[in-house]
Amino acid sequence: MKHPQLEPPTLLEARDVSRLYGPDKGCQEIDLALYRGEVLGIVGESGSGKSTLLRLLSGLERPDGGQVIYHAHDATLDLYAIGEARRRALLRMEWGLVHQNPRDGLRLGVSAGANIGERLMALGQRHYGQLRAAGQDWMARVELDAERIDDAPNTFSGGMQQRLQIARTLVTRPQLVFMDEPTGGLDVSVQARLLDMLRTLVRELGLSVILVTHDLAVARLLAHRLVVMRRGRIVEAGLTDQILDDPQHAYSQLLVSSVLTP
Amino acid sequence: MNGYNFAYLDEQTKRMIRRGLLKAVAIPGYQVPFGGREMPMPYGWGTGGMQLTASILGQHDVLKVIDQGADDTTNAVSIRAFFERVADVETTTRATDASVIQTRHRIPETPLVQGQIMVFQVPIPEPLRFIEPSETETRLMHALEEYGVMHVKLYEDIARHGHIATTYAYPVKVDGRYVTDPSPIPKFDNPKLHMCEALMLFGAGREKRLYAIPPYTRVESLDFEDHPFEVQRWEAPCALCGSQESFLDEVITDDAGGRMFVCSDTDYCRQHSEEVA
Repeated sequence: MKHPQLEPPTLLEARDVSRLYGPDKGCQEIDLALYRGEVLGIVGESGSGKSTLLRLLSGLERPDGGQVIYHAHDATLDLYAIGEARRRALLRMEWGLVHQNPRDGLRLGVSAGANIGERLMALGQRHYGQLRAAGQDWMARVELDAERIDDAPNTFSGGMQQRLQIARTLVTRPQLVFMDEPTGGLDVSVQARLLDMLRTLVRELGLSVILVTHDLAVARLLAHRLVVMRRGRIVEAGLTDQILDDPQHAYSQLLVSSVLTP
Repeated sequence: MNGYNFAYLDEQTKRMIRRGLLKAVAIPGYQVPFGGREMPMPYGWGTGGMQLTASILGQHDVLKVIDQGADDTTNAVSIRAFFERVADVETTTRATDASVIQTRHRIPETPLVQGQIMVFQVPIPEPLRFIEPSETETRLMHALEEYGVMHVKLYEDIARHGHIATTYAYPVKVDGRYVTDPSPIPKFDNPKLHMCEALMLFGAGREKRLYAIPPYTRVESLDFEDHPFEVQRWEAPCALCGSQESFLDEVITDDAGGRMFVCSDTDYCRQHSEEVA
């Protein structure tokens, strides 16, 4: 008898990944899997190793031990066994990275349109008219005024810069997007709009996302599954609602109970 | 001249630079680091070009030095006098007679032929520098052929000016591989690099880099499909010789808005006016 495949296909896996800067500083013995089309949230306090884990998963930092496996359409790649050229190409073409501070992810010296077009040009797009059309299209999709395509990112507000960074990342339709505190440093109303927009885009484009946040409200809104980190280890993993409504680990309980509700 | 080695640099230094040049010729467009020496001249005045010239110059070479196309400007006159003194080589102003031509920011209008060597003085050899300040990062980008950002600048030009407004140091791709800065020559001269019969050497003294475009090498100027590469055009011919093909400089003649356009290549201008007369 043939069983239907219930588990969705895995996109990214970490197998026993460790990277320590000192005892309990960094992350250790991480095992996790990201399924295709899901949003995985990584939560934990400051210094718990969330950002280190993101850097390890996104190919920016080589782990001390363990493997990061990416299941591409045609091949299964061990992220740190393939060459740097291939890894950077992957990051450029199939993945996207949204930084916490949009200034890290944007080129501030060039216009918004050039920022959006950069990844397309890196992929070999050499038609100015099409690049510009894509720029305007994406400005509209992230709720920016398409008239401002020639303005420098400096003249945009923090929330607008963050939306521009998201447009710049998603313009090449990446398979997998890493987000490091995408709403950090934004005020609450701007956060709400950004989250709403992100949720729409994730659904429309069928993105797989790994989202690092310390804000449980953000995790609740965006993530399908959560892992809770503490001192570099994953202490609990499960469905978002399950973890936030019925935390099992003492630390998760503390984390959930310490959220202020107005 | 007593007290100096032939062509100023000592033989070990010349050997080191020649080794660098061989590597540069073997990998067209690749920037080879070299141990730049102090020259009796400030950085930015052509120390890179001079070191290259000094290391390739032989006793029977004929040297021509131009600065913005002209043989009679300060930089050209001093460098020519320098090599007359320290190498006792023959110098000329005629492009056809020269075996080595050191240049600042122009390629002669007279087509170069096999056997000639052009030496360019380069201020900033790294075409990616304006967008990526880190040297380690730009080297990696060259190694992995990550050249998408080069078009960001061209995009920005069109967005701001409606056309590609970069007029000099216009980036090129050499032999389909390395994106290279052709030194601040006007983009008018870029087509002359393509399949050129002469050997082109580039030296940057401050940055201590040299690179080369060997004879008969493909050199493409970067552009967009809907905004193809174009060179400058002038409405009037040269006011002195009447040439319509050469690169023209604007010369202000009075303080009442008077101006004239003349060839920047003085050797070509003189030859052309002799031919016409």
